[in-house]
Amino acid sequence: MEAISGLPALLSSSAKVVAVFSGVLVVVAYTTLAERRVSAFIQDRIGPNRVGPFGLLQPIADGIKSILKEETSPAAASRTFFILGPILAMVPAMVTFAVIPFAAPLPTPWGVVDMIIADVPIGILYILAFSSLGVYGIVLGGWASNNKYAFLGALRASAQMVSYEVALGLSLITVLMLAGNVTLTEMVWQQQQLDLWFALPLSLAFLLFVVSSFAETNRLPFDMPEAESELVTGYHTEYSAMKFSMFFIAEYSHMLTASALMATLFLGGWDIPFATWDDAFWYEGVLIRGFGPDGAPLAASPAWWKTLFTFGVFALKTGFFLLFFIWVRWTLPRFRYDQVMQLGWKVMLPTALAYIMVMAASMLILDQVGLPYGFAYGLALTGVSLVCTVLFIFYLDDDRIIKGAGARRAVSNPVPTGGGD
Amino acid sequence: MADLLFFVFATVAIGSAIGVVVARNPVGSLMSMVATLAAVAGIFVLLEAHFLAAVQVIVYAGAIMVLFLFVIMLLNLGHDYERDMKGGVWSVMAFATTGGLAGLLVRQLGRSADSPTFLTGDGGDAIDAALAEYGAVGAIARPLFTDYVVPFELVGILLLVAIVGAIVLAKKDV
Repeated sequence: MEAISGLPALLSSSAKVVAVFSGVLVVVAYTTLAERRVSAFIQDRIGPNRVGPFGLLQPIADGIKSILKEETSPAAASRTFFILGPILAMVPAMVTFAVIPFAAPLPTPWGVVDMIIADVPIGILYILAFSSLGVYGIVLGGWASNNKYAFLGALRASAQMVSYEVALGLSLITVLMLAGNVTLTEMVWQQQQLDLWFALPLSLAFLLFVVSSFAETNRLPFDMPEAESELVTGYHTEYSAMKFSMFFIAEYSHMLTASALMATLFLGGWDIPFATWDDAFWYEGVLIRGFGPDGAPLAASPAWWKTLFTFGVFALKTGFFLLFFIWVRWTLPRFRYDQVMQLGWKVMLPTALAYIMVMAASMLILDQVGLPYGFAYGLALTGVSLVCTVLFIFYLDDDRIIKGAGARRAVSNPVPTGGGD
Repeated sequence: MADLLFFVFATVAIGSAIGVVVARNPVGSLMSMVATLAAVAGIFVLLEAHFLAAVQVIVYAGAIMVLFLFVIMLLNLGHDYERDMKGGVWSVMAFATTGGLAGLLVRQLGRSADSPTFLTGDGGDAIDAALAEYGAVGAIARPLFTDYVVPFELVGILLLVAIVGAIVLAKKDV
């Protein structure tokens, strides 16, 4: 089957842009509902259930409300930047979804359509570039409000997002080393080839990436820029009506992109576990599903139901991470500001650097030994990573939850005369 | 299409570069500079230099300018920015310096018209071949870690020295 080209390609691209953009907005709207329902469940309440069945029309009611509400603009704010803030927060959060592949290629009478808006050659770097611009919206919004609390929130946002971008980028390097490429379609393919999702051979990178993603999206326990118990609501204190909602939409679409990215990088993207019939990849202009024992490419046969299934799997993985984001928010308390900085610079950064060294060395050794890129290769790396991850967690925990045998004995037989703990 | 996009990016780049100089508010000038950097990244993409475009946005627009913004917001907090502007002799000196630099640029452009360059000479094909073989990142990484590895490492040491220097300077006040 040929790849789509010419006018049909242009039309299919436009259709994909419209479909993905509206899809993202709908998911964002319903994530806000999910957040309220899950928080209610965790706090043993009922949550919004009046508008429509199970409260399913609540996001629409919220949308109408925020458009119709009165818009206040503080007298001392600088107008231009006050309006620019929410726009700059929302745009980067929405455009990053363009490079994430969300299903197996779809066959049409005019050719095979890739289920990704733009398969740019720099893939993941595109996402890093746009998410690094996301901080401007928050910083400008907070600064332009001309309000102490908003300004403090903005300062915290800039410091926190720049700090955790470093850890995020460094945790990605091991993924790039293993995949040998930066495009996300290729990464999905490499995980299909390896018969292992990168979450296993690169478990520590996965952990670091998840933690920095929480910091990058300003979600609890890293919601320093908002911190409602300290800063009213931080950077969006002075915002009302739709401008406030735009900050909200930005936060949730950031969450959605981060979830989709984690699913793609570490959980195989649209790959269906324990199955090879769904594998598909462009190789020198032909769609293949892998290489035979003699190294010859095996042709893949795309089908609409395969696209549907893989999309379902992708949605499940992304949904899992969205739920995880929400669950963590209502489970963990907020860090103190200095703890956030300490964790970012003194723990995550050195760990990520050391992990790069360890993984690079292990990959070099495996290559020298002559192990081919495949399941055994992945298992060997899984072993190394597991040791790293266990050591890291043990260090972070610092005898608080996981105690060594000696520590446990000391607690069960306390020394009678010892003061304090 | 690419030509049209080039003129869009070029207009934005030049317009916002002028904005950097004429803006009365330092935050306005900084945001104009971010727009300039983003527009130049767009021109890089048109030149098929995807990696350069991404790095431009990640490093300059996304990190360095954020730190600038951080500093500008903290310095001069609640001050009248207009008073900081220097007039008279300073503007003459600024014009002279800018004029000199512009002259150098024009001279270099005139000279390179008849010598092979990135766009017109053999360089283009070699770059296309490298892009096709190693991908957007590999095409830059290969020469960087083979032919130019010593200068590359030296620059790394230079940056390390700068970081250590910055920490030593900052420690005095803490």
